[in-house]
Amino acid sequence: MSNSEKYLKVFVDTLEIRSEEAEGLKYNSIANWDSVGHMNLVAALEDAFDIMMDTDDIIDFSSFEKGKEILASNYSIEF
Amino acid sequence: MWDFSQYGSQIALINDLGEKVSYGELQQDCEKIKSVIEKRSLVFCLCENKVGSVAGYAAFLNHQIVPVLLNAHLEGGLLANLLETYKPEFLWLPKEQIEKFPSMAKVLDIRDYSLLKTDFGEGHTLYPDLALLLTTSGSTGSPKFVRQSYANIKANTESIIEYLNLDCSERAITTLPMNYTYGLSIINTHLMVGGTLLLTDKGLMQKEFWEFFREEGATSFGGVPYTYEMLDKLRFYRMKLPELRYMTQAGGKLIPELHKKFAEYAKETGKKFIVMYGQCEATARMGYLPADKALEKCGSMGIVIPGGKFHLIDADGNEITDANVTGELVYEGANVTLGYAECAEDLSKRDERRGILQTGDMAQFDEDGFYYIVGRKKRFLKIYGNRVNLDEIDRLIKGKFDNLDCASAGVDDHMYIFVTDNSKALAVKEFVVEKTKLNPSAFQTIVIDQIPKNDAGKTLYKELAKYYEG
Repeated sequence: MSNSEKYLKVFVDTLEIRSEEAEGLKYNSIANWDSVGHMNLVAALEDAFDIMMDTDDIIDFSSFEKGKEILASNYSIEF
Repeated sequence: MWDFSQYGSQIALINDLGEKVSYGELQQDCEKIKSVIEKRSLVFCLCENKVGSVAGYAAFLNHQIVPVLLNAHLEGGLLANLLETYKPEFLWLPKEQIEKFPSMAKVLDIRDYSLLKTDFGEGHTLYPDLALLLTTSGSTGSPKFVRQSYANIKANTESIIEYLNLDCSERAITTLPMNYTYGLSIINTHLMVGGTLLLTDKGLMQKEFWEFFREEGATSFGGVPYTYEMLDKLRFYRMKLPELRYMTQAGGKLIPELHKKFAEYAKETGKKFIVMYGQCEATARMGYLPADKALEKCGSMGIVIPGGKFHLIDADGNEITDANVTGELVYEGANVTLGYAECAEDLSKRDERRGILQTGDMAQFDEDGFYYIVGRKKRFLKIYGNRVNLDEIDRLIKGKFDNLDCASAGVDDHMYIFVTDNSKALAVKEFVVEKTKLNPSAFQTIVIDQIPKNDAGKTLYKELAKYYEG
């Protein structure tokens, strides 16, 4: 599985969405991505990519795209 | 309830858009609201952590107007049911929501809130000391409200101010909804001492929350167990928050491991971590663990608040006098609320508890008199700090799905819904999520052949535990 697929799968599984819904998705734009969902999302991403996210990155992670950008620039994950 | 004039130019409210409201201005807002609502009217107050929401609430309490505090994002159908059941004279709600009620006339705008007059027409007979109504569950829209009196709120507010040692230099940031008794107690205490409330609906997982926190120099916040799990995940311990003086925790039992971590963090950084215990039925607080005992008595909810009394009773109602014996916790104090209301007629009811509350929590005390909560008598869970009644969930599901047998059970933050029909499992979960408006990760459906029952047809919930207890 490519990193992009892995990343998408975490969103689909954690937030219980369809894969088409992931693109453009923002924090709090759906009920499932609230603070609880966010915590689950971070935990799942940390597991999937074997990383430990910093506080600033966790709270900066405000959309599907932003998360990708953070993983790419701060955790050397290539998409 | 509050005398705002004594604090004049001091700042009462600040929101995350930079709007500031002084106590003098708050007083003026209150006067405007008072001039258009008769005393002893019933108002549904749809709460958000916004300046208008707090200003309206303050006006209602100061002028003998009785609010029902509800979440502004309560599901439409549930709100409609409550409106029909209680027929309030007014609605106090965020401006952007007024289009939802086209048949109601707008009376007034104050800051980000509007007042609508309903067309129910009839008045209510309200018990003279009735101050406000709060939901017990918060999210399922149950019409069962807790009736709190002016004397209840005053007593509890004064007691909290005393044990937390609050003064006008406090700047609490909102982390809880104001229609939730714990969030409300933070508002009540700060308005009483002339402190400042930093109002935001942004959450701990958002950058804007922390920017607001730092810019305005928040001195305290409160959190339910789940809040502390999130803070732990955020590696809160590494954040630089020099203005922060103390953190409180209530709304369910924090796991001892996290209790210890936060107590240690507080000790190392010269802050205070205060675990507390309470219920909406006791206005807000009944017990607290003094900060200097946070480590030594880790896992304990502490001692009784000033002005209250705790004791334990056994199954026969006899007082337990030995340490480390489990019994039901009973509280006595001026903050024990009047009782419940389940319909509009109940609003005229008198004080049914007379200062004594059987909490439904099972507890023990140690040799030094510190209390530990060990279980619950009633069938409810706390999910992210919200009380969710399991029997009510079962009733809701059975009402929606014909001929479906179900039973819900679980532990705090994890509910398991047992059903016997695989094809309905997903729809049941979606229905419960929609009704409770809680994150779906708290709910799991488990399909079993049949719901275990005794000969009399009563569900044997204990037999379900084997499916989810590791």
